Amino acid sequence: MIAHAIFFYSFSIIAVVSAVMVTVSKNTVHSVFFLILDFISISCLFIMIGAEFLGMIMLIVYVGAVAVLFLFVVMMLNVAQQKNQWFISKENSNHIPIGLLISVIIFFELIIVIGGWKYKPDLFDQGNLSIVNDVSNTHSLGMVLYTDYIHIFQISGMILLIAMIGAIVLTFRQREGVKKQSYLKQISRERAEGVEVVEVASNRGVKIDD
Amino acid sequence: MIEIGLGHYLTLGAVIFSIGIIGIFLNRKNIIVILMSIELILLAVNINLVSFSMYLGDLTGQVFTLFILTVAAAEAAIGLAIIVVYYRNSGTIRVEEIDKLKG
Repeated sequence: MIAHAIFFYSFSIIAVVSAVMVTVSKNTVHSVFFLILDFISISCLFIMIGAEFLGMIMLIVYVGAVAVLFLFVVMMLNVAQQKNQWFISKENSNHIPIGLLISVIIFFELIIVIGGWKYKPDLFDQGNLSIVNDVSNTHSLGMVLYTDYIHIFQISGMILLIAMIGAIVLTFRQREGVKKQSYLKQISRERAEGVEVVEVASNRGVKIDD
Repeated sequence: MIEIGLGHYLTLGAVIFSIGIIGIFLNRKNIIVILMSIELILLAVNINLVSFSMYLGDLTGQVFTLFILTVAAAEAAIGLAIIVVYYRNSGTIRVEEIDKLKG
């Protein structure tokens, strides 16, 4: 139990510190790196709590795909070295104290909600126990994901497809003055317009005009 | 303090959620950091769902965490595509200079 506490505190301290660094670091590339660190420590927490499949999927999806996507965009847009003034706006706007106030209020509301659970500890004893202990986490997720949640699963696949199409359509552009193949023109070419049979008189030759 | 329970995980989720909201409000640099803050908020929601799922013994939380993961990946892809298009058109993604909509 003490090992559990040590691991929980170390991983959660790393997660919170790197979450702070994501928002306050001046270089955007550093923010992406801290985001990766945050995802890794949270997925370690997931694996520790017993949700191994989600921890691994989190590593693959977030660290392997999303964070690399962020890094690509940050490098491509050349905004990494914007060493501009930080937290200072051009005109005097009062969004910073209001933002801090709202965040602190939300945090304390969440803390109050969590504290409410402490006075009702018997809540966790009931509830249908659908987690069976003799099969692994991945096995039980697979049992329920492809049977009970098959429609939501397929809808999430559709969401991914639509997101892919949307990203391609948004970033696609036709450049001027670039020579390209026209497949339709190539395929729809007939013999009659491609080949011409010429009668060649002897000792004359053929004059080809094209 | 030593006994790690549900409350510890929920507190961690609350802290990360609040840091994400602070990141959205206080950001003055570029809009990519706002997208990263949204990812942090979704991560906090995932922590809550997984910890409730493990402590209540119900798998539904983990299934929905999987779907949140899907939606977060799609949202990141679309958001970054919009940012790339905006940068190509106007040459900046600083939060203050994005005022085309006059909002």
